[in-house]
Amino acid sequence: MIKNIILVGVGGQGILLAARIIASAAGHAGYDVTTNEIHGMAQRGGSVTAQIRYGEVVHSPLILEGTADVLGALEQVEALRYAAWLKPGALAAVSAESIIPVTVSSGRASYPGDVETRLRECFSNLKYLDCAGIAAQKFGNPRAANTILLGALANGLDLPEPAWRAAIDECVKPQFRELNRRAFEYGRTL
Amino acid sequence: MEKQLLSGNEAIARGAWEAGVKVAAGYPGTPSTEILENLVRFKQDVYCEWAPNEKVALEMAAGAALTGVRALVTMKHVGLNVAADPLMTLSYIGIVGGLVIVAADDPGMHSSQTEQDTRQYARLAKVPVFEPGNAREASAFIRRAFEISEKYRTPVIFRTTTSVSHSRALVEVGARTGAGTANFEKNPPQFVPIPVWGRKLRVRVEERVAEQAAEASRAADLNFVLRGTERGGLGIISSGLTALHCTDIFPEADILKLGWSWPFPDELIRRFAAEHESVAVIEEADPILEEHVKSLGIDCRGKDVVPRVGELVPLKLREVRAKLFGESFAPPQPPPEDLPGRPPILCAGCPHRGVFYALGKFDVIVTGDIGCYSLGVFPPLSRTDVILCMGGGFSMSQGMVKAGEKRPVVGIVGDSTFFHSGITGLLDIVYNKGNSTLIVVDNRTTAMTGHQDHPGTGRTLMGEPTAAASIEKIAEACGMKRIRVVDPYRLDEVAAVLKEELAADEPSLIISRAPCLLKERKPVGPVQEIDHEACRNCRSCLKLGCPAIESSGKSKPAINAQLCAGCDMCRQVCRFTAIHEKSCC
Repeated sequence: MIKNIILVGVGGQGILLAARIIASAAGHAGYDVTTNEIHGMAQRGGSVTAQIRYGEVVHSPLILEGTADVLGALEQVEALRYAAWLKPGALAAVSAESIIPVTVSSGRASYPGDVETRLRECFSNLKYLDCAGIAAQKFGNPRAANTILLGALANGLDLPEPAWRAAIDECVKPQFRELNRRAFEYGRTL
Repeated sequence: MEKQLLSGNEAIARGAWEAGVKVAAGYPGTPSTEILENLVRFKQDVYCEWAPNEKVALEMAAGAALTGVRALVTMKHVGLNVAADPLMTLSYIGIVGGLVIVAADDPGMHSSQTEQDTRQYARLAKVPVFEPGNAREASAFIRRAFEISEKYRTPVIFRTTTSVSHSRALVEVGARTGAGTANFEKNPPQFVPIPVWGRKLRVRVEERVAEQAAEASRAADLNFVLRGTERGGLGIISSGLTALHCTDIFPEADILKLGWSWPFPDELIRRFAAEHESVAVIEEADPILEEHVKSLGIDCRGKDVVPRVGELVPLKLREVRAKLFGESFAPPQPPPEDLPGRPPILCAGCPHRGVFYALGKFDVIVTGDIGCYSLGVFPPLSRTDVILCMGGGFSMSQGMVKAGEKRPVVGIVGDSTFFHSGITGLLDIVYNKGNSTLIVVDNRTTAMTGHQDHPGTGRTLMGEPTAAASIEKIAEACGMKRIRVVDPYRLDEVAAVLKEELAADEPSLIISRAPCLLKERKPVGPVQEIDHEACRNCRSCLKLGCPAIESSGKSKPAINAQLCAGCDMCRQVCRFTAIHEKSCC
């Protein structure tokens, strides 16, 4: 069986690093793995998505809508935008962060005021987490937010603990490793 | 063997290095850019350069390959349009050391202006095309591409797509095999295509294509069948990544996956078709394979159910399946329509913003070009009226002026684009007595593709300092008399210079010069904040379209201190002096 993971957010939020950690963990667990990233114009404030697939043998790196086993969102409106990619009832881990797009600032669109309600309607298996707040309070560093979300997300996957540890060691710079290990473990408990 | 999680582009670089490539050249273009950026990590073995444009890159690599060493050229699909001239003739004169041209297509137009199918160029130039489906194949196929190139003395087109270039897979990495030594052997009848010799080369090209078609049918490592769970029913003929998606969507079907897709492996296609009750050709973009399969007298389904437009992502193939088998399929819910869009925008603090904002004060036509500054088209700036191609920002303005357009015409190109193909447009305007106001938005780098050096930066891809070409001196040498350099962060200055130059009755060049913020990685100045006591909510600052200035609904705008780069433009446009340097936390 192939596991399908989709990560969504906004350019600059650290989606690509999170994707790399998941892929590395799957590799350390002995699986074949692929990832897909959106680059280019999307970098400059646009929606960014990354897809990770792992299993015995994985040919195609792209997920069919409606078949993702977990969805991780670093921005809440992006979670709503990509909701249909998730299998019904599967785990969605969503960071309670809002990044106001310029379409809203310039008055051409509005940012929904009832995001939490809509998220709860959309996802029956939702972890809605104030990752930035937790990162600041518990770890004194807002940059740990993504790893907290990753920890929460990891509960929807079947990768062993040592694989995650090896992946964090491999993908995170030495000076941030300890922080990220602790943030990941904390995310696991949420 | 060691395995690494590599992107398609990283795998191409690694595979080319393993294949002993000695010289590589290209011009940045999404999704191809990272190939040379990765290959240059082996600069002790491989000479790598960013050429001013793709035509120069191919010509320079052709020279290298003619000396007997292996050479690689990289570009995006539209780059091959620029390099098409040398490609056509290189097919005739041939090469000695292997030469592989990576052309990265962008089905779905993730970051491109067209959705062209590079396979058409293979047929036009009569050169083989390879289509890897993922990073694993990219690494293995590129080594084979060099072998086939040398065997038939032909350039080979290596076609990737965005999802191949930017997807990662576990790739077996190996050692480098021996590189050749440069020693050009003179042979004018082979290398000089004057008609008397060219006619003979022309005959050889056709012979070569026939020989390749036969070999492609036997090349089991490039063209092979991925077996499905059922025998003899539906047989799918496909290529590249689309074939790999088909393994998920059509698990029961056998898939003839073509990695060397032109010249068509007729013998293999005939054999595969004969073994199956029905055949479907499922290919992205143009029906190139399908039309050929039909020309062999094989009945097949194809573009009657497969979209011609857009990337063939798994969902599209799921819809194809439903149509082929008459199955019912409910597509997933589209995203709610009320969600705010997130189009790409100029970064907070981007120097280009100053030029587009100042242009908003004038009734002019703006002919734009390809780069970050293409984003000047979006509201609230809305200051680009047409974009054609690299360099076209200058040349199109000349046509509008000569046609008698009443409003002043402003042509905009970036610095890298100026060196790519803007110079010739400027030359045309001066030589043929035009009257455009030309602007080079010079941010000292090739920004859109991720900050590559170019002839004006004073640094090579190999990391060495070099002569920096001067935009103003080039313009001067072309005969341009009015040349102004402005600081785009000083909005009044930009507007004043624009006013003077638009009024001039001869062409002029304005160079808007300030480095790309993302490259500098430091703010322009102190972070600003809006004093809500003084703010009258006139919303003038929002007309800059700066992502750091936020306002939800009718609330007074506020500056997001995390995003603000301190460019000061909002302070300059505020009529109520409500914007100040942020007081210290």
